[in-house]
Parts: sequence; structure tokens; C-alpha cells
Amino acid sequence: MIRFDNVNKRYPGGHEALSNISFHLPRGKMAYLTGHSGAGKSTLLKLIALIERPSRGNILLDGVNLSNVRNSKVPYIRRNIGIIFQNHHLLYDRTVFDNVALPLVIAGYQHREVGKRVRAALDQVGLLNKEKCAPITLSGGEQQRVGIARAIVHKPSLLLADEPTGNLDPELSREIMELFARFNQVGVSVLIASHDLDLIKQMGSPVISLSQGMLIHDDLKEVADVEA
Amino acid sequence: MSKPDTSNKPARNAPVTAYFIHHARTLIASLGVLFRSPASSAMTTAVIAIALALPAGLYVLLSNASHVSVGWDNSAQISLFLKANVSEKQARTLASKLRLYDGIDSVKLIHKDQALAEFQRVSGFGDAIESLGSNPLPHVLAVQPVVDPERPDKIAHLMKQLRELKQVDIAQLDLQWVKRLYSMLEIARKGIWVISILLAMAVLLVVGNTIRLDIQNRRSEIEVTKLIGATNAFIRRPFLYTGFWYGLSGGILAWILISLSIGILAGSVENLASLYNSAFQLTGLAFSEAMSLIGFSCLLGLLGSWIAVGRHLDEIEPS
Ligand SMILES: Nc1ncnc2c1ncn2[C@@H]1O[C@H](COP(=O)(O)OP(=O)(O)OP(=O)(O)O)[C@@H](O)[C@H]1O
Ligand SMILES: [Mg+2]
Repeated sequence: MIRFDNVNKRYPGGHEALSNISFHLPRGKMAYLTGHSGAGKSTLLKLIALIERPSRGNILLDGVNLSNVRNSKVPYIRRNIGIIFQNHHLLYDRTVFDNVALPLVIAGYQHREVGKRVRAALDQVGLLNKEKCAPITLSGGEQQRVGIARAIVHKPSLLLADEPTGNLDPELSREIMELFARFNQVGVSVLIASHDLDLIKQMGSPVISLSQGMLIHDDLKEVADVEA
Repeated sequence: MSKPDTSNKPARNAPVTAYFIHHARTLIASLGVLFRSPASSAMTTAVIAIALALPAGLYVLLSNASHVSVGWDNSAQISLFLKANVSEKQARTLASKLRLYDGIDSVKLIHKDQALAEFQRVSGFGDAIESLGSNPLPHVLAVQPVVDPERPDKIAHLMKQLRELKQVDIAQLDLQWVKRLYSMLEIARKGIWVISILLAMAVLLVVGNTIRLDIQNRRSEIEVTKLIGATNAFIRRPFLYTGFWYGLSGGILAWILISLSIGILAGSVENLASLYNSAFQLTGLAFSEAMSLIGFSCLLGLLGSWIAVGRHLDEIEPS
């Protein structure tokens, strides 16, 4: 699903956020991305979502070399990815329903289909009764779940999450992580950046660790070796 | 991605239908956005309307002035002094021939006897002239040209034709005041063009600035929609429609402003005209002119937002 090949990312300031990263997340697999603050977790996810471009090396996303993707094609790549942010990034001038519907509207789904899918997604995150609410009236955990519903409503084949449990209590964090595990069980590839090591250990999925922009631990290597 | 999840793409609209449905929805939605901040929308609309009503109103006054000047054309007369050897019969034939000319409205024969009597009466040289024995005056044709305010050169051309007639001795036209009027109208017309261009630019700037602020206010929304996979065209659309609505409402309001002003002026103008025994009436914008005004305004709105969107939307990228 995702393959990094000697990827470097140097920000304009000259800071090398990622050095020589290579790993492979097979289709349908779930993995955690950990590392200290500033290790380069967000940068790595941004490279996959084409928010940033690598300075060197290649990234293959479902067989597509992202270096060859022109800016005008970027939106179509992103439509196959569900992205979840730490700070929800919801639109506060519309209802929960309209927020979740956005990816479908962008992709040009029929009105009736939109309603069906949005309710299915809200049902999966347990917010079916909140569809008419304004996001601002929801708790932090609920808002995060609206963000997740929006990320999965169009059934992407890859989910990226950056600190999805950043400011949630342990109980809620666990629920959210289990939610991701459930999506993974129905075939969605998932990559979650988090520094909640205890929780990650409990969840038991493979872990990739970064330190100062370098890959220092890669469970996926073993997964690949086992598969091979 | 190539994952063959067929349930992923069943009830998506056929691309073309989806396109139009989306356009229609965005059009309505962007109108809704304007109503959500009625005060600032109304202000922008009013500025556009005033900027458009000013040159359009001047244009209306000018075309009324042209009408008035057409009414004065009776006084632009060409006197054709025929040669002394031209008989009355020949003069009448010539008059009938001239009446068929395109540029000529009417022709009146002033018989030389009639001219002499007139001359005797007004000059006081009655006796002296009588002693001449024969009438020294020629027949005169008073020619009334058709005056086209748009084509002052037509009269000059007519004059040239008349001078070349073999029966004509002298052709005389006092065009001075007509020329002056024309050049004044010409200056006014050019002035209106200049004002129109300046104010059209002002409308562009107003719409552009409003849209720019709109874009800034919705920066995070734009970033999020880009992250979710919205194309630039998708994001651009609501802003373009907003510009269109500003143009449309501004154009309609400009029309209303002009009609109201004409309504206010019409009474006084009619009074004035009646003092001059004229049935002159102030006319407003014709329907087709009003439609052109509104259409032009819509174009300006679209163009203004297009410029703003082009300059400010692409630089917003998620980070
Ligand atoms: N836009 C940018 N311009 C320059 N430097 C940047 C930019 N974004 C990130 N960096 C730098 O790159 C390094 C990695 O940043 P990144 O955000 O990927 O870290 P992170 O692992 O996500 O950290 P955190 O856990 O705090 O979110 C940091 O040193 C950061 O200062
Ligand atoms: Mg981060």
C-alpha cells in the first residue's frame, strides 16, 4: 500500500526532518508510527498525503509513484485517503452531517447516496443522534469522532491519523484506537502516528519508530519477511 | 486506488449530471452565504450599484439630450440660390428631384417674386428696387436636411452634392451651432466612456476585495476541503458565484436607482418642456439597455472574483 524508498525530507529552513526512510506497509495492514516530538511523524504522513513533497527518494502509494503526480492530480490521490488530524479540522459553520458529507459532495455523489453513507459513517462512530448538531456543541472526543466519520465516509483504502487521541482521556483514546482496528479488519490499510506508547503496546499492531528523522525500529520488516 | 470495492462507486451521478447538479447547488449555496451576512453584502451591492448607476445615468441624460437636439434640427437649413437663368418650372422640377434624396427631409421653393416682396418689405429699399425694373433675385430652394446626430459628416456630404448641381449658384448652410452641439455631445460621450471605464475598474476592485476578504475568512475551510481532495475548480466555484451574485444584484439595483432618478426628474422636465411648447419627455433606460447594464454588471462581478480567486486561492495549501 505504502512503500518508502530512501526518502529524505529537508524543509526550506535546511532542517532535515526525515533521512533515508525506507519501509513498506502492505495492503490491508495496520501500523503505528511513534517517536519523540519533532521526530518527523507528521512530516512522514504529510508526504503520503502530498501535503509535502520529498526532497529525495520515492514514495509509492498503491503502486503510484507520488513523485510523478502533478499538482492538478493531487486531489484525486487524496480522495483515496482518509485523513484524521489531531485538531479535528471540522468546519464550524455547518452541521455534523454536512461536515461528514463533504468528501462525498466533492466526489459528486448523489444526494440520496450521501445521506445513506453519512448516516452509516456516523453510526460507526456512535454519533448517529448528533447529525444535526453544530460541531462546536460536541465534546472533544465527539468532535474527533466526527473527524473520523468524515475520513471513512467515502470508504478510502488508506486511513492516515496524526495523533488522533492527542487530547483525549485514556478510556476514549482506547475506544478510538479500537475503532481504527475495526476499520482495518474490513480491509482498510491504516497508519497512525501517536506517542501514546502504552496504548500502542496494548493494541498490538506493528510499530515503526522514528528518532530525529531516522527509522530506528520497523516491525513491518518482520511482517514482510514472514509474508515472503 | 485499485481496490475493486464495487460498493464504493454505485450511485455516483453520471459525471455530466453531477456537474450540473453541483453547479446549481453551489450557485444557490453562494447566494445563501450572501444572505448570512446581509449588512456587508448590501453594502457591497450598493457600492457596485452606485458605481454603475452614475455612468449609466449620464448615458441616459445624454441620449435624451441627443433627442432634444434632433428636435432642433429644423433650424439647420440649407439655402440653395439657383442661377439667374433657371426658370420657375426648372426650379420646381429640381425641388421635386431633391425631395427624393435620402439626406433631405423637405424642400420648399421660394419664388423670386416672393423673395423680392419680402426683401422690399423688410429692407426699406422698396423704391430703389422697383426702379431696377427687373427682379435681380434668383429662385431659392430652402432645403431641410435630415440631421443624424451620430453622423455629422452626412450633411457635409449632402452640401457637396448640392453644390455640384448645375442649376445651383450658391449653397449656404449655417452649421456652426450644429457643429458646436455635436462636438459638445461628442465630448460628453467620450467623458462618459472615461467615467465608465474608471468606475468599471472600481467595481472590479470592490468585488475583488470583497472576495479576497471572503477567501481569507474561509482560509481554514479551504485548507480542509483541499485536504479532503477538492480540486481548485471545486473551491473556486462558490467564490465565482458569489461575485456573480454581487454583479447581478448591483446591476439590478443600479437599474432601480436610474429609474427612480428619472422618475424624480421627469415631472420637472415636462414642465420645462411645456414652457417651450415641446412635448419632450425624459426617457429612461430601454429594456434592452437595462439588460445590457445588468449583464455587464454580472460580467464585472465574475471577472472581479476571478481575479481575486486567481491571486489568493492557489497560495492557500494545507500544511
Ligand atoms: N513547515 C516546516 N518548515 C520547517 N520545518 C518544519 C516544518 N514542519 C516541521 N518542521 C520540522 O521538522 C521536524 C519534524 O517535524 P514533525 O512535525 O514531523 O514532528 P512530529 O514527529 O510530528 O512531532 P510532534 O510529535 O511534536 O507532532 C521538526 O524539527 C520540525 O521543527
Ligand atoms: Mg506531529
